[in-house]
Amino acid sequence: MTDMSAATTTAADPIEWKLPSTRKVAVISLILTESSLFTIFLVAYLFYMGKNLNHPYPADVLKFPVLATAALLSSSFSIVFSEMALHRGSKAWFHIWWAITIALGSYFLWFTGTEWHNLIFHDHLTISTNVFGSTFYSLVGLHASHVIIGLFLLSLILILSLLGKIPKDHTEHIEMISWYWHFVDAIWVVVVTVVYVISTGVPNV
Amino acid sequence: MNTDIVDENFQMPEPERIGQERGALTRIAQEMVFTVDHKILGLMYIASGLIFFVVSGLMAVAIRVQLAVPGNHAVPPDVFNRLFTMHGTAMVFLVGMPIIFGFANYLVPLMIGARDMAFPRMNAFGFWVFFFSGVLLYFSYLGAPGLYAAGSAPDVGWFAYSPLTGRAFSRGHSTDYWTLSLLLGGIGSMATSINIIVTTVCMRCKGMTLGRMPLFVWLFLVVALMVIIALPPLSACQIMLTLDRYCGARFFDTQAGGSAVLWQHFFWIFGHPEVYILILPGFAIASEVIPVFSRKPIFGYPVMVAASVMIAFISLGVWAHHMFTVGMSSLGNTFFAISTLLVAIPTGIKIFNWIGTMYGGKLRFELPMLFCIGFLFQFLIAGLTGVMLAIASFDWQLNDSYFVVAHFHYVLIGGLLYTIFAGIYYWYPKALGKMPNWKLGLWHFIVFTIGFHVTFFPQHISGFLGMPRRIYTYEAGRGWDLWNLISSIGVIFQIVGILFFVVNLIYSYIWEKDAGDDPWDAWSLEWATTSPPPPYNFETIPEVRSRRPLWDLKHPEDPDWKFE
Repeated sequence: MTDMSAATTTAADPIEWKLPSTRKVAVISLILTESSLFTIFLVAYLFYMGKNLNHPYPADVLKFPVLATAALLSSSFSIVFSEMALHRGSKAWFHIWWAITIALGSYFLWFTGTEWHNLIFHDHLTISTNVFGSTFYSLVGLHASHVIIGLFLLSLILILSLLGKIPKDHTEHIEMISWYWHFVDAIWVVVVTVVYVISTGVPNV
Repeated sequence: MNTDIVDENFQMPEPERIGQERGALTRIAQEMVFTVDHKILGLMYIASGLIFFVVSGLMAVAIRVQLAVPGNHAVPPDVFNRLFTMHGTAMVFLVGMPIIFGFANYLVPLMIGARDMAFPRMNAFGFWVFFFSGVLLYFSYLGAPGLYAAGSAPDVGWFAYSPLTGRAFSRGHSTDYWTLSLLLGGIGSMATSINIIVTTVCMRCKGMTLGRMPLFVWLFLVVALMVIIALPPLSACQIMLTLDRYCGARFFDTQAGGSAVLWQHFFWIFGHPEVYILILPGFAIASEVIPVFSRKPIFGYPVMVAASVMIAFISLGVWAHHMFTVGMSSLGNTFFAISTLLVAIPTGIKIFNWIGTMYGGKLRFELPMLFCIGFLFQFLIAGLTGVMLAIASFDWQLNDSYFVVAHFHYVLIGGLLYTIFAGIYYWYPKALGKMPNWKLGLWHFIVFTIGFHVTFFPQHISGFLGMPRRIYTYEAGRGWDLWNLISSIGVIFQIVGILFFVVNLIYSYIWEKDAGDDPWDAWSLEWATTSPPPPYNFETIPEVRSRRPLWDLKHPEDPDWKFE
C-alpha cells in the first residue's frame, strides 16, 4: 500500500457532495413496503367482493363513516400546523396541535371499535361468517393496527416533548413520525373508498 | 489535494471491551451476541447460511437415496414429504437469503467507502430475527406435534398450496411453524433491505455518484428494493393463512366461498420476484469477479445497470407462469407467457456483456473466475429451459415434473451457488486475510461440477418422460429407473466437492500464506483497506473520481476519470 499512499490525483476541481438524510430514505422505504402489504389485503377484498355464500353483505351492514373519516383526514392538517408551529419556534402551539392530532386519531380508533362491536353483536358478522367478514376485518384491522402504532408514536413524542427530553435539533425525527401519520391517512382514503363506497355498490352473485 | 486512504501515522486507540478478561471462547461468543459491526454480522450471516446449507443439503441426499431405485422404502412416505418441504423452504429462506444478505452486509459499506451500515443496530436485529426464524423452523421437528408425537416438521411443500394447508388437512402445528417462521424471517429481511437501501443512497463516500458505484452495489440496491416490494405479499399470505387456521377466516376455504387459487397468486407474486432476488446477487458477484480476472473494466456498465433494473421491473409481472395449469383465460396465459419471455432480453444482455468483458482480456483462471465461467454456461442452460417453460402449452406438459426441478436447480445451484463459491473465494483473502488454496479449490470445482451435472441433467430427461416432482417412489419399467440412478450417483460427487470446499476454508485459514491488502490487483474500494479490514473500515474516508478508484490510485499517470 505504500506506493498507493504516495499517489496523489491531479484532479483540478474539488468534489461537491451532498447526500439525502438517512431517516427520510428509511421512512420512504418503510412506507413503500407497507404499501405493498396493504395492496395485497386490498386485492383480497376486491377479489372477494360479491362472492359471499351467506349474509350479511357489505350493503346490508356498512354505513359510510363520515365523522371518523373527517377526523382522520383533518388530523393530517393538524399535524402540519403542529410542525409549522415547531419551525416557528412556538412550543406551546406545537403541543396544542399535536394533542389535537392525537385526539382526532383516538376518535377514529374509538369509532372503529364501536363499529366492530355493532357488527359483531348486532349484525353477527365475524371473521368466520363469510369471505366479506374475513377480508373486511383483516383489511380494516390492518389499518387500525397502523393507527394504534401511529398514536403510540405521537403520544410518545408529546410526552417526551412535555418533559423537555427532545433536543432542539431533532425536528427531523418529529417530521418522520408525521410522514408515517400522513401515510396512515392516505391509506384510509383508499380503504374507505374500496370498502364503504365500491363494495356496498357491488351486488352479490 | 490529498487522497491518501492509508494514513501511516494513524494510531487506533485500543478500545475497552466488556469480557476482555474472560477466556477466548467466551469473548468470541460475547462479541457475536453484542456486535453491530457490519463485517462480523456479514460473516455470521454467511456462516449460518452455510450451516443451514449443509443441513438441508443432507435432506436432499436422503431424498436422492429414496429415489435411487424404483419401489424403494429408505425413508417412510410422511418423512419424505417433510424432507422435500424442509429442503425447499430452508434452501430459499435459510440459505439463499442469509448468504446474499451476508455478502451485502460485508461488502456494500466497504465498496462505497462507508464506516458501517446506516443503522448498525437494526442490522444486528435483522440477523438475529433471521437466525431465530431458522431455529423456529427446525424446532418444528421437536415441537410441531405438541404432546402427540415427535418428528413432525412441515410437509406441505415449500409453496404450501391451499387447501392442503387448511386446518382439516394439515393437523397439528407443523404448518404453523412454517407460517410463523416465514413471517419472522420476512421481518428480518425487510429490516436488512431497508438498511441496504439507506446505506447505498445516503452513505456513499465523496465522489461516489450512482454512475460510479460498483455494479455489485447497484445490483444489491435493486435486490433490496425488490425485497421490500415483493416480500410483504408473502407476509400477507402468512397472516391470512394464520387467520384461516386459528380464527376461522375463509380466505382459502373453498367450501365457504374462499379461493385456493388466490393463495397461488399471492404466493407467486412474492415467489417469482424471490427467484430474481436470489439470482441478482449472483450477477452482482459475477460483475465484480469477471472484470478483475479479465483485466478489463466491465463491458457496457450503464447497460448492465439498466438491464438489472429491467429484470427487477419485469419480474414483478410474471408470477402466474407458475400457474399455467390452473386454467387461466387465454389472455392471462398469453400475457404471462410474453412477460416471462421478456425477461430473457435483459438477461441475455448481461450474459453478452460478461462475455464482452472477457473478450480480448488477459484471463487469469483463479478460483473465482473458474466458478464464474461455470456459472455462465450453467446459467445459460437454466435460462434456456426457463424460456421453454414460459411457453404455456409446453408448460402444460411439463409443469410439476422433474424437468421443472432440473430447471430451477440449474438456476439456483448452477447460477447462484456457483457465484456464491466464486464470491467466497474472491473475498476470502479480504475477510480472513489468507489466500484460498488453489489446488483444493480446483478439485472442488471439478468434482462439484461433475456431480452437479450428473445429478441434475438426467432430471430434464426423467421430466420429459413424465416423472412428477415430489413423488415418494415409482414403479420399475417406466423409463425413469436409469435416470434416477444416475442422478443419485451424482450426489456422491457433490458431497465430495463440498467436502473439498469445507476443507479448503479451514486449511487455507491455518496454513496458507497471508493475502496482503490487494491480492487480486482489483479496483474497488474494499481492496484499499487492510485484510481483514479494521472495525472502522477506512482510516481516511476515500474520495472517488471514477468507477475504478483503486486503478486511479495505482496509476496516477493514467487515471480512469480522464476518460469517463
